[in-house]
Amino acid sequence: MLGEGILKGLAETAKNFAGSFVDKERLTTVQYPEERLPLPEASRNFPFLVYDGPDWEAGLRCVACQICEKECPPKCIYIDKSKDKKPDFVGKMQIYPAKFDIDISVCMSCQICVEVCPFEAIKMDTEYELATDDRFGGLLLDRHQLARSNEYYHKIHPTEAAEVDARLAEEKAKAEAKARAAAAAPPKAAPPAVAPSASTPATTTAATRPSVPAQAAKKEEVPSSPPAPPKEGEAR
Amino acid sequence: MTIVFWILAALTVAGALAAVTLRNTVHCALAVTTAFAGLALLFLQLDAQFAGFAQILVYIGAVAILVVFAILLTRGSETSEHGVFSPTWLAGLCIAAAVFALLGWAVLRSVNAIPQQVMAPAITVKDVGNALMTRYVLPLEIVALLLTAAMVGAVIVAMHEKGDVK
Amino acid sequence: MINALDQIFVLLKHWIVGFMPEALQPFVGIVLSVVAIVVVFPGLFALTTVLERKGLGRMQNRIGPNRTGPYGILQPVADGIKSLTKEDIVPVSADAVVHFLAPLVLVVVVFMGFSVLPMGRNMQLVDMDAGLLFFFAIGASTELSIFMAGWSSRNKYSLLGAMRAVAQMVSYEVPLLMSSVVVVMITGSLSLVKIVEAQNQYTWGLPHWYIFTPWGCAAFLMFAVAATAETNRSPFDLPEGESELVAGYFTEYSGFKFALFFLGEYLGMFSMSGLGTTLFLGGWSAPLAALNFVPSWIWFFSKVMLSICVLIWLRGTLPRLRQDQLMNFAWKFVLPMTLLNLLVAALWRFMGEGWLRWVVCSAILLGVYVVAGRTGMKRKHYGPRSYRYAE
Repeated sequence: MLGEGILKGLAETAKNFAGSFVDKERLTTVQYPEERLPLPEASRNFPFLVYDGPDWEAGLRCVACQICEKECPPKCIYIDKSKDKKPDFVGKMQIYPAKFDIDISVCMSCQICVEVCPFEAIKMDTEYELATDDRFGGLLLDRHQLARSNEYYHKIHPTEAAEVDARLAEEKAKAEAKARAAAAAPPKAAPPAVAPSASTPATTTAATRPSVPAQAAKKEEVPSSPPAPPKEGEAR
Repeated sequence: MTIVFWILAALTVAGALAAVTLRNTVHCALAVTTAFAGLALLFLQLDAQFAGFAQILVYIGAVAILVVFAILLTRGSETSEHGVFSPTWLAGLCIAAAVFALLGWAVLRSVNAIPQQVMAPAITVKDVGNALMTRYVLPLEIVALLLTAAMVGAVIVAMHEKGDVK
Repeated sequence: MINALDQIFVLLKHWIVGFMPEALQPFVGIVLSVVAIVVVFPGLFALTTVLERKGLGRMQNRIGPNRTGPYGILQPVADGIKSLTKEDIVPVSADAVVHFLAPLVLVVVVFMGFSVLPMGRNMQLVDMDAGLLFFFAIGASTELSIFMAGWSSRNKYSLLGAMRAVAQMVSYEVPLLMSSVVVVMITGSLSLVKIVEAQNQYTWGLPHWYIFTPWGCAAFLMFAVAATAETNRSPFDLPEGESELVAGYFTEYSGFKFALFFLGEYLGMFSMSGLGTTLFLGGWSAPLAALNFVPSWIWFFSKVMLSICVLIWLRGTLPRLRQDQLMNFAWKFVLPMTLLNLLVAALWRFMGEGWLRWVVCSAILLGVYVVAGRTGMKRKHYGPRSYRYAE
């Protein structure tokens, strides 16, 4: 019958109108500055630098390898290597970035810097309220502004952070195992170890680390052990 | 009462003069609408209710719109190249003066023919309706027939153009 | 006491007029009534803009404005300040005089329409014998102002919008008039005051409003459709649709003139609702005989606001009609139904009292409506197309 559709439409709108006062589903407005929509876990907006431990400068994982600077498509990262080395979180001497600037207006949140970083040093933050009225300085974030702790990383991306920590711990364990094996093997080899044998040390018991770092052991170890920063200092 | 009459008369005459002297044709159409409005108000001032309302409803509501559409759909909206006054204005003025004299003579003669001031009978819309339905029903039906014929003709004329394109 | 509350505005007017000298009294009385109308209806307009925006918002699953004042009540104040302080841009090639006069003509004409509506017992500005005729005559003049607005902007889109608007308004004038003529026929008078008084009677507690009769209900529905089209309101708002013609005939207006057009449109909505209330919903009479203690002007304004709410509801529900659909609907469906309604009302009148006339009249109207609806809904058969220039 003519007019039936109109009546059905009117009923639907009336349901919407009445329902919007009582039903959460019928009124889906999130009033922005007071309420915010919860972001999904995998959301990303802008990179940040991860640091371990309490001190941001000492614990910064970045070693200024400049891979992210080279891979960044719009070239929004600017890194200055430091001239000296400072001890990192585990005490090993590393170069560190003297300057690490990212431009907010250029970054396109592609996450390539995160994917290529070998040190799990740069990750994506979910912070989107980055607007500022300072057109020139306010859009360039420097190292201090970009640094956030590992606990913050756990807070915003728990599964990812747990995975990263697990991987790092695994690498650390592998490096430790290798270091111990390397330290235990050379004393078993013939004392006249003047001829540097390129053979890898055989598997041995988990002997205690030699407190006397043997020169031969050092030469044999350096090419074979993985370049994992933690725990190697002692093996040296 | 007379002051109202003078104001309305001035409005009507001004509208009519503007309608013939303005350059832009649409301005002329709007000025003639003002003249119609002035006439309607004059009718109302004389207590001829039906005439006044019908004037507004028909002339301003329909005829003025028709005039305006006609101007727009043809090329009348362009301003005329050669002034507003035509070259034969003297002849026109003479004829207009003659008509005015004739009408004035007829009106004055009829006014003098009425012996004394009689109260004009108040003709309400109801009286007009009654008269149309009882005494003047035949003219009403004939006019209705005429209007129907005109409408059918308009529809045929318009439809014929659409049929031509095929 | 009850009577005093009902007549409170009339008594107030008489009291103020009493202070004036003898010669000026009628003049002051009229001025007071006019001032009351000019104050009340734009105030209602301000309220309606908030109501509309919040109502439409709720219907569309969102909150309307809620930042300006509690629940957005002060939004019209913000809108007013914005309109007044905007730069008034007149295009260089626009016709300055006509451009200036168009909104003025619209607002003046629409205000004049309020003068015959009886807003309460003894509360109309003028009691004309031909009040309805005056109202329609005035309504016909609004089309002229729309045309003036569209033409004077020297903008093709404005002109197109104005043409469409005038065509639409002229086409829907006829069903509007025809559906009101039925009421006049049954009442026997063109005076709106008498029409309301004829509806102010009660049988078994129910009022004699014309909407409760078969022909009155049909006439009310057609009047509602025609009134929605007359005021260019959705779903008939093609001339001013934002996505169609960039605001149509008032594209080139900014600031206060735009606000005047807006005001004129909403006031037109009020006057049409007022007329509909007067003709079909009983004007200022109460729905039940027992409720007569409530003042009459409260009933009138609540019925008008109810009609406005229904108009807002329609706006939130229906998509816009295309121009040819609009015109087809007016001339091929609504107009024949109004003519049929006239016949049915005449039949009602001459059948005399009783249940038979209800059954017969309802049956005729419903039957024709269903049949006409079905024939109209049949899909046109599209054959293979032929291309004139491509073959």
